[in-house]
Amino acid sequence: MNRGSRISLLASRMCALLILLVAWHVIATALGRPILPAPSVVLATLARELVGPLGRHVGVSLLRVGASIGLAMATAAPLGIILGQSRRLGNAFAPFIYLLHPIPKVVLVPVVLLILGVGDLPKVVIITMILFFQILVLVRDAASGIRSELVMSVRSLGAGRRALFRFVYWPATLPAILTAVRQSIGTALAVLYIAEIFATRYGLGYYIYLQGSTLFDYPRMYAGVVAMSCLGFGLYVAVDWAERRLCPWVAADV
Amino acid sequence: MEPVIDPSAEGTMVAVEDLSFAYPRHDPIFAGFTWRVRRGDVWAVLGPSGSGKSTLLLLLAGLLRPSSGGITIDSASLTRPRPGTGLILQEYGLLPWATLRENAGLGLRVRRFYGPDGRHAPRGDRVAQEQISARAAQWLKRLDINGVADRYPAQVSGGQRQRAAIARALALNPDLLLMDEPFAALDAPTREDLQRLTLDLSVEARLTVILVTHSIEEAAFVGQRILVLRRGTNDATEVVENPHPATAMYRASPAFQSTCIALRAHLAEP
Repeated sequence: MNRGSRISLLASRMCALLILLVAWHVIATALGRPILPAPSVVLATLARELVGPLGRHVGVSLLRVGASIGLAMATAAPLGIILGQSRRLGNAFAPFIYLLHPIPKVVLVPVVLLILGVGDLPKVVIITMILFFQILVLVRDAASGIRSELVMSVRSLGAGRRALFRFVYWPATLPAILTAVRQSIGTALAVLYIAEIFATRYGLGYYIYLQGSTLFDYPRMYAGVVAMSCLGFGLYVAVDWAERRLCPWVAADV
Repeated sequence: MEPVIDPSAEGTMVAVEDLSFAYPRHDPIFAGFTWRVRRGDVWAVLGPSGSGKSTLLLLLAGLLRPSSGGITIDSASLTRPRPGTGLILQEYGLLPWATLRENAGLGLRVRRFYGPDGRHAPRGDRVAQEQISARAAQWLKRLDINGVADRYPAQVSGGQRQRAAIARALALNPDLLLMDEPFAALDAPTREDLQRLTLDLSVEARLTVILVTHSIEEAAFVGQRILVLRRGTNDATEVVENPHPATAMYRASPAFQSTCIALRAHLAEP
């Protein structure tokens, strides 16, 4: 991406942000109830809270989501490549994937908490479970879509299994992995909120729930919501950045 | 009676001995097929689609295993892709996510990845990082694609893509080059250009070349000897001798015309 298009991207994002803030302000004013404070109030609260307790909650949530994304990539991507390169293996495992993928993992939150107890691990495991299948399916399809001519050509250069993974399957599926992560960010944050309601005293989910449903401090609750949105936005930007760095051919004009 | 082949004989590059091959649940494509290719020969393999041309090439590349019989290349029995053999396919052989420069260096990177283990790469051919770009650059230049070396395959023409595929194969210093309909997707001037280039390179790099084609004219221009395959089971070795100078003029000569007529007659035989 060149400098000009980067600036225009920034400009369009600022413009969208401005429109959303104005809309929020109009609705809040029209409603005139404490349950929806004006954006100015919320943003002032956010600024105050971030240097205080909220900063730590953001950090904890970021670590949990980051660890989940990393763990899901590290497990689902290799498995997806293995299933995608062999039609027989892919067919054998397809029914398992189609049966397990649609299970709403959120309902398993209490079960996972019961088994893994308190702490960060059960939260990371839940989010990983959701990302896992989305990455697995996309990577498997990307790997099985690789042309046999390409695989044969690279094998003829001396590549065995390991080199095929390194030089063909890994770069061929990397865009699919990043697409899967990008698509999963919204879900991951929604589940993060659910997972952080239980058995923890840190994280944005806990903070939002505490402020909104226990203390009825709406400006603080919305500050948490905005912080969570910023977290999601930051993740999107990070994935886009990773794609530009790792997959320059996707952005190239081909 | 087929001539008995001694695979260790001086000057034999490829010896196919009593080869049989069938795809699962299909009639055999080869049964007791025997063929010998001398070092430095430029062969064309001609036949209609479904005659087993590409299958023969994949067998020679070590990417398919014969049902029975054996293939010996450079006096060594073939069991897996051999480091000294280059393979060029019709299309889709280049990594779409790598520039032509990176593609040209891919074989060397694979060799560096394994080290000189004698299995994936020849023993003694230790490749240094600087060598990869130097050797790739040298072949990109020889094949006249230096100017587009930093583009992706989808950004260049089909002819330039095939040039990059040839550069990638030759960067590994092969002694045998296998080509499967390499120019079939190209327009006529580009195709004739690359046919001539192939003949030039076979002399320069002392290559044995086996080029598979369904085009009579391509077989007659490139092949100094032409193996004709048929639909059904190939059990006899039909060869048309076609010694000729590798110049563009040859295409206009009566010798070229009579080879084409002979090949057409061969293909028309039941």
